[in-house]
Amino acid sequence: MRSFLPVLTVLAVIVGLWYLAVGPMNIRVSLDQAERAGQVVTPEGSRVRQETSVWILMAKNPGQIALGYDLERPRLPTPVQVGQELWKTTGEMAMRGRAMSKRSLIYHGWITLQSTLWGFVLGTALGILGAVAIVYSRVMDMSLMPWAIISQTIPIVALAPMIIVLSSQLGIEGRGVPKAIISAYLCYFPVLVGMVKGLRSPAISQLDLLQTYNATGLQAFLKLRLPSSVPYLFTSLKVGIAAALVGTIVGELPTGAISGLGARILIGDQFGTPLSIWAALLAAAILAGILVTVLDVLQRVTLKRMGMSA
Amino acid sequence: MSWLIFALIFWAGAWALNAWIARSRYHKLRAARVFVPVLFGVTLLILWEGLVRGLGVSPVILPPPSTVAETFAASTDTLWEDFQQTVFKGAMTGFAIGAVAAFGTAILIDRSAFLTRGLLPIGNFVAALPIVGIAPILVSWFGFDWQSKAAVVVVMVFFPILVNTVQGLRETDAMQRDLMRTYAASYVQTLIKLRLPAAMPFVFNGLKIATTLALIGAIVAEYFGSPTRGMGFRISTGVGSLDIDLVWAEIAVAALAGTVFYSLVAWLEKAVTFWHPSQRG
Repeated sequence: MRSFLPVLTVLAVIVGLWYLAVGPMNIRVSLDQAERAGQVVTPEGSRVRQETSVWILMAKNPGQIALGYDLERPRLPTPVQVGQELWKTTGEMAMRGRAMSKRSLIYHGWITLQSTLWGFVLGTALGILGAVAIVYSRVMDMSLMPWAIISQTIPIVALAPMIIVLSSQLGIEGRGVPKAIISAYLCYFPVLVGMVKGLRSPAISQLDLLQTYNATGLQAFLKLRLPSSVPYLFTSLKVGIAAALVGTIVGELPTGAISGLGARILIGDQFGTPLSIWAALLAAAILAGILVTVLDVLQRVTLKRMGMSA
Repeated sequence: MSWLIFALIFWAGAWALNAWIARSRYHKLRAARVFVPVLFGVTLLILWEGLVRGLGVSPVILPPPSTVAETFAASTDTLWEDFQQTVFKGAMTGFAIGAVAAFGTAILIDRSAFLTRGLLPIGNFVAALPIVGIAPILVSWFGFDWQSKAAVVVVMVFFPILVNTVQGLRETDAMQRDLMRTYAASYVQTLIKLRLPAAMPFVFNGLKIATTLALIGAIVAEYFGSPTRGMGFRISTGVGSLDIDLVWAEIAVAALAGTVFYSLVAWLEKAVTFWHPSQRG
């Protein structure tokens, strides 16, 4: 709570800068529009204006600056415009009972969320299994760990179109599976690293104590290693779910998908409707925020019940 | 069929060898630490080759690594041109601009504890967002050439580096800062001699995260329009025209570029933060 006011201030500064930027960013578009509507602007002709700097244009046409804040297809929309567009495609449609219509961002967000969660589950499972293998087997540690690190330096987006081609050739219908694979690829690494750290976190003396209790390896795993890795697990899960969402959106972007937030961005680009791109971006940001917050709450509740809360 | 059997036997043999090395007393040697993962990687490639050839997978779906290597060798000119466009012009330029901007912003913001407290949560949040989504917007702002790719990269690498640098600048403890005060060190002296060196492990952490982001940004931005060269352009057109060999060759280039870029930063980190416990171990 201590940082509430500072956060608010920084947010206000960002929004303020955004509003200031809207004027110069949109001045050309609004002058073009004003000229077509028959108003007198200086200099005339959009070709001439392309070569004039935006600051001169703003100085010469102070009356048209305001137009830039209410364009239908702005280069940079105002925050309010983005908010309105988002409301129009979510809340308003939901109130009319069309939340799942193809034009609604709730529907597209739901598609993205599904792939994200599948990828998250898959990636987390792979990460935890890999970590257990690495902690218990030195061969795995020596051969797998370097490749896990290298795998993260490979830009997965290069592979994304290939994964989609491959899975469609193998007869997998729809885009859910390839998107989930891409997001699992991005998501497994933080979980793997965090879990390796977590499973190795018990002190030697604690492991020795279990030895004196004559505990089996499985018991040592279930009663000591696994519980002590939980705080590490949750921290990496939060990183992982954000990465999974990035992966899903990357999987939707370059591949001609038709549903999902990434596809909304792609379609907005192709049809020249910047407002829908911005609304989809905002929706993706909100989705990321919700997912991370849910995991954060889960972490707090779990750690508290385990008696590990800091 | 013989391919399949060979690959499986090779797999079993390599695994047994690796297991033996890991259990033997040589496992702490540097040579063993390099040999084991390399053999693991080679095994994966041979398994791939053997499975593709043995099961008769169509090269349109998944070409064997040997074919990819041939294509790679045959089209080095194209690959080099794409590499220059995407990695040097797009990713590296953007990485440099973004890193300098983030570093500068971090030092400016660090002067105000109020702003730092406000910026850290926001920066952390933004760093977790799918920022690649702004690629089409920036492409329409800055045109099709490498400038728009560099812009996407700048935005993508900015926040991870900023957050890490701000966190790193808070790393020094009161004792150390007091010592600088007793030396009558000015703000700039304290910054250069104490706080920046102490922040370096964090800065490099951010830089390492940013290397991968830079390549992702540069490649994704090319999917939204680019001149007729670049790795992302070649991949998206290659998938369309079923030039799968060339696509895999580009993927290999991307993987190599990513690994080399990362190792460069890691090497630089080792040189700069040689004093840090994590580097001495």
